[in-house]
Formats: sequence, structure tokens, C-alpha cells
Amino acid sequence: MRPQARRLSVLGVVIAFAVALLSACSLPDDTTPSLAAPAQPRDVGNLTFAVITHASAGDEFWDRVQSGARQAGSDYGVTVQYSSSPDPGQQSLLVDQAVASHVDGLVVSLANPDGLETSVRAAVAAGIPVVTINSGLDVWKKFGAITHIGQSESIAGKAAGERLKAEGATNAICVIHEAGNVGLEQRCAAAAQGMGGRMRNVQVDVTNPTAVASTIKASLQHDPTIDAVLTLQGAVAVQAVQAAREAYSRATIATFDLSTDVLKDIIAGRISFAIDQQPYVQGYLGITALYLHAINGNDIGGGEPIYSGPSFVTKDNAQQVLQYAARGTR
Amino acid sequence: MSDGAVVTRPTTDERLTPTSWVTRLLRRPAVSAGIAALVIFVFFSVTTQSFASSAGIATWLESAATIGIMAVPVGLLMTAGEFDLSAGVMVGFSGLVTGVLTTHYGVNVWLSMALSAVACLAVGVLNGMLVTRTRLPSFIVTLGTFFVLQGVNLALLKAIIGQVSIQGMNRVPGFRDVQWLLASRTSIFGMQVQASVWWWVAVVALGTWVLTRTRYGNWIYAVGGAFESAREVGVPVKRTKVALFTATAGCGWLVGQISLFRFGTAQSSSGIGLELIFIICAVVGGCVMTGGVGSAIGPALGALIYGMANLGIVYAGWDNNWLKAFLGVMLLLAVLLNNYIRERAEGLR
Repeated sequence: MRPQARRLSVLGVVIAFAVALLSACSLPDDTTPSLAAPAQPRDVGNLTFAVITHASAGDEFWDRVQSGARQAGSDYGVTVQYSSSPDPGQQSLLVDQAVASHVDGLVVSLANPDGLETSVRAAVAAGIPVVTINSGLDVWKKFGAITHIGQSESIAGKAAGERLKAEGATNAICVIHEAGNVGLEQRCAAAAQGMGGRMRNVQVDVTNPTAVASTIKASLQHDPTIDAVLTLQGAVAVQAVQAAREAYSRATIATFDLSTDVLKDIIAGRISFAIDQQPYVQGYLGITALYLHAINGNDIGGGEPIYSGPSFVTKDNAQQVLQYAARGTR
Repeated sequence: MSDGAVVTRPTTDERLTPTSWVTRLLRRPAVSAGIAALVIFVFFSVTTQSFASSAGIATWLESAATIGIMAVPVGLLMTAGEFDLSAGVMVGFSGLVTGVLTTHYGVNVWLSMALSAVACLAVGVLNGMLVTRTRLPSFIVTLGTFFVLQGVNLALLKAIIGQVSIQGMNRVPGFRDVQWLLASRTSIFGMQVQASVWWWVAVVALGTWVLTRTRYGNWIYAVGGAFESAREVGVPVKRTKVALFTATAGCGWLVGQISLFRFGTAQSSSGIGLELIFIICAVVGGCVMTGGVGSAIGPALGALIYGMANLGIVYAGWDNNWLKAFLGVMLLLAVLLNNYIRERAEGLR
């Protein structure tokens, strides 16, 4: 009836919503900022740790990292704040925000080390203990982190390549599902090195399942001598199985990372093996490292990184792993 | 005022009798896309071995089909002067609803599909009502629903099943029956054609029929070409737009179901980003962003170009990191070409 009035009321709702959001975002300020010397045992009830990763929303792998971190948080009775952004600029803003709200420790993944260097160094300079997880093996020491918890992409990739070679692979494709992720490129490069034969990278877009399957299928049709497909994510592996069947290809399929469907395919013999870097461990140990540092001044790792994987899942142990995967922790 | 309608509707051509059939053909918005599709087909057929093989054709047809089913209603919506940015994430939403209902709650598979359809259509109606009632730009309204659905897909899924992707779908009772309908293969001329291709053809045929043979089709051109005039002559402008938003959501539902039963999984990130691909296909197919000009076959040809380019690059053994750059160039060329042809056609009159 009266558009002006209605428009005003809509505006009011929008403003109220924005204010509510902003106040929710600034909650961390409530925790008491305490920058005590790390060597002194402290009241653990007040500890708040921030976990800031480069995950895009809804990624299965990072979901498990988050579960691990939250489990550690509730086991130790500390507050865990999880946030993420695949954009390095956004991710460093999240780090800056955590530093500004005086968290007691920071777990951060360094998929793009250069993009985060300034923010992580600033956190270290502000006296906040930092642990890097997942990506950042080459730089964590330089940035001043306590330790790094993750899988060496080169060790894992090489192991995958060697295993493929043992299964007789000579001409493989490596399916990259996330453009611009340095870690994925490293995995493929190391796998190619480990395998020795020919390995070519194929880029797919993980948000469009049809395109993923048809791109793999087209690659197999283009070159029928391809005898192995290495995927870097569980869901992509399941689609590779279907693509290979439809292209009448007998290629061996192997993958990084797990899901229930991957495990069932391993049990059924459609996927040869999966390399599990145990994301749950990365989240759990990240918080553990900060907790030990906070309550007892311990630095774990002894100046070296801590490897969370690789752990191979094959037909022999898939059944056992399946029950953990079903509840979203492996 | 009526320039858009005149350009696209061949029925008014008797006023322009002196023009040659070539000019008349070129004025049709979809023709440039058809020419581009032909050029791309010939190019990859000549330069690669497997592109024009039966297996190759079946593969890129499927890649084009799921995009094409959505590009048609998105193109019609654009013809009526509106956007739907929630179209991509709707695909994910549709599959996730069915997936959760069947794998988590054990609901009958057909009933789950119906409930998922109801949910999708409701979002479509909501989009339409919000746009027509508030008169806000659909870009903003559907950007809102896009983000809401993206959040719902992730948060609700995580809250209900504790994971971020549907697992174990292919062990649901009745899965194979639905798969026969939505994701089976038919052998034609040695090609294993996916069912999605038939659905695509059906959507294009339906869209073309509505647009060219029904009163409703005239309304679509009218609301997009001259909104106020259309309203003054009694076109039910709101109903037309709400119906189009609902149709887009309905097609999103269809693609979501096809994808779910084809691959046996849906992820909370499924479909994000596809909305822009649909818009690209519609524009490449000759739909004009400001409304009033468009067709159903044009966006389908746009999707065909996308599918061919997507896999042609793989068959050619090129680095497929270039795909997006290639699509961008195609988009710009298509827009420039359409613009040129439209100016020529209007100048000639």
C-alpha cells in the first residue's frame, strides 16, 4: 500500500540483521586477553584457540580437521574458534582478527605461504603461539611457528607414485580438483617422480560433477594407454571409477583422502588404494600442541614437523576404517 | 517500444518483405550461436581423433546436457528481463534434499524426489514473489537466495547427517529404477547417449513451443521488452515472471536429481558457480541482458558450445587450465556479434 513505509521497514530489518551479525562476530573480545609467559601453568578454563584454515565451505576433508580440533577442545576444556577462507587475503584478515582479539593460540594452514606471511609473523610478534597444519611444511620454521602438523606432500605423493608403479602403472593422469592449490600440484609432481613413467595433470572443477566425470572419461578416451588414474579427493575418485567403466578403461584408480563411498569401492576392488593424511589428527594435534604449550610450556616436535600421514588404506584395512569414516572422523 | 519483439518474431516479417532470407536468418538471435557451434565442432573434429568418435560425441553431449537444461529457463528468464543467480546452487540443493531424505531418513525414493521438487519450486515461487512484489532487481533478490541456499546446503546437511556429502546413495531401495529414468544410457548409432540428453531435448522443445506457439510466450517477450506497456495492455506481468522463476527452479530440481542418480552422490558445494555458466550460455545463445530478445534454442546452443569446448580441450590434449579464459573470450565475441547484428538489423528497417 505505502511503498515508502514498507521500504523503510525492510531497511530496518536489514540494519537489525547487520548489527546482530556484527555483534556476533566480535564475541571473541569478551575473553580475557592474557599474554602470560608461556612457561607458567595457567588456568585452562580461559583458554581460547583459533583454528584458521584455507578450506572452502563444505569441503569433506576440512570438516574432519574441524571435528578433530573441536574434539580436542572439548577433551581439554578449551574454547576452539574455527574459521576458514580459500582466499589468502581473507584468510590473513581472519588471522589479524584473531590476533586483535588476543586468542591464546593459533592453528593455521598455509596453502599460500606468501599470502599469509605478514599476518602469521605479526601473530608471532604479538606473542601468540602458532602451530601450522596441513600445508606449510617448508615455511613454518621461518615464520616462527612452534611446529607443523601435516603430511609432507612430497613424501605422500612419492609413496603414492611408488605404489602405482608396483601395481604396474606406466602412463597415468593426476586429477587436480582445485585450481591454484600449490599442495595439489606438489602431490602430482611427487607422484610422477615416484612412479617414474608418464604422468599428466588434468584440471577439473569439483562443483560440477558432470564435468568432473566427463573430463576424466574424455582423457581416458583420448589416450587408451592410460593405465592409472590418481585423484586427490574422495568424491573425485568415485566419479573416476564410473568414468573409467564408461570409457572401457582398465586403469588402476588410486586416491588421496577418504570417504565412505571410497572405502566401499576399495572393499569391492574398484579403487586400488587410498592415501589418508588423517585430517582429524591434524586438527586434534594442532590444539594439543597449543594446549601443552599453554599449560606446561612444552614445545612438541623438537624443532621438526610432525607427520600426520600418509597412512595407506587398502582392501586389508578398509573395513575397519569404514566405521570411523561413517561418523565423519576419518 | 516493440523493436525487441519485431526482431525476434518471424511472424511480423511480412512488413519487411524486401529483406533477403539471409538477413532474416541472421536477425534471429540464436543463429550466431549455431554458427559458432558448427565452427567449434568442425575444428575439434578435424584436429583431434576422438572428438567426433561415437564415444566422444556421447561424452560431450552429456557435459552439455546438464548445463543446457538449466540454460533454457535461465535464457527465458533473461528474455523476460530477469536473472536467477540461485539457479546453480538450486541444483545442489535439489540433490541434497533427496539424498538426505533417502539415505538418512529412509523415505521412499520417489516420495523423496517429490518432496525435493516441492522444496525447489517453493524457492522458485519465493524468488518470483520477492522480485515482483518488492520491485527490487532480481540480481539482488536471487543473490540473497543464492547465499541462503549455499549456507543451508552446508549447515543443515552437516547438522543432519554429520557429513558434507551424501554417501551410500546407490544402496537406497529403488535407486536403479530412478536411474533408469534419469541416468540410463541408450545406444544410438553406436553412441551411448545419456538420459540427460533426452531431457535436455525435451526442455528445449517445451521452451520453444511455449515461446513461439502460446500466448504465454508473447507475454514473456512483452514483459522483457516493454514492461509498462505490457502491463497497460493487460499482460499479467507478475504471474508471468513468477512462473518463469518457478520453471527455473523446476529445471534446477531436474538437473539435481539427474546428477544425484548419475553419480550416486551430492556435495554441499555442488552447483556453486554454475549460475554464471548458465548466464554465459544464455548470452552466447543470443539472449539480451536487458530483456525482450531471446529464444530457447539459443541457450541450448550456448550450452553445446560450452560442452564441446570443455571436452574438446581435453581431447586435443591441451592444458585445460585455459577453459575459463576460452569461455570468457567466447562470451565477449558472442555479445559483440549479437550487438553488431542487432544494430544492422535495426538500421536496415
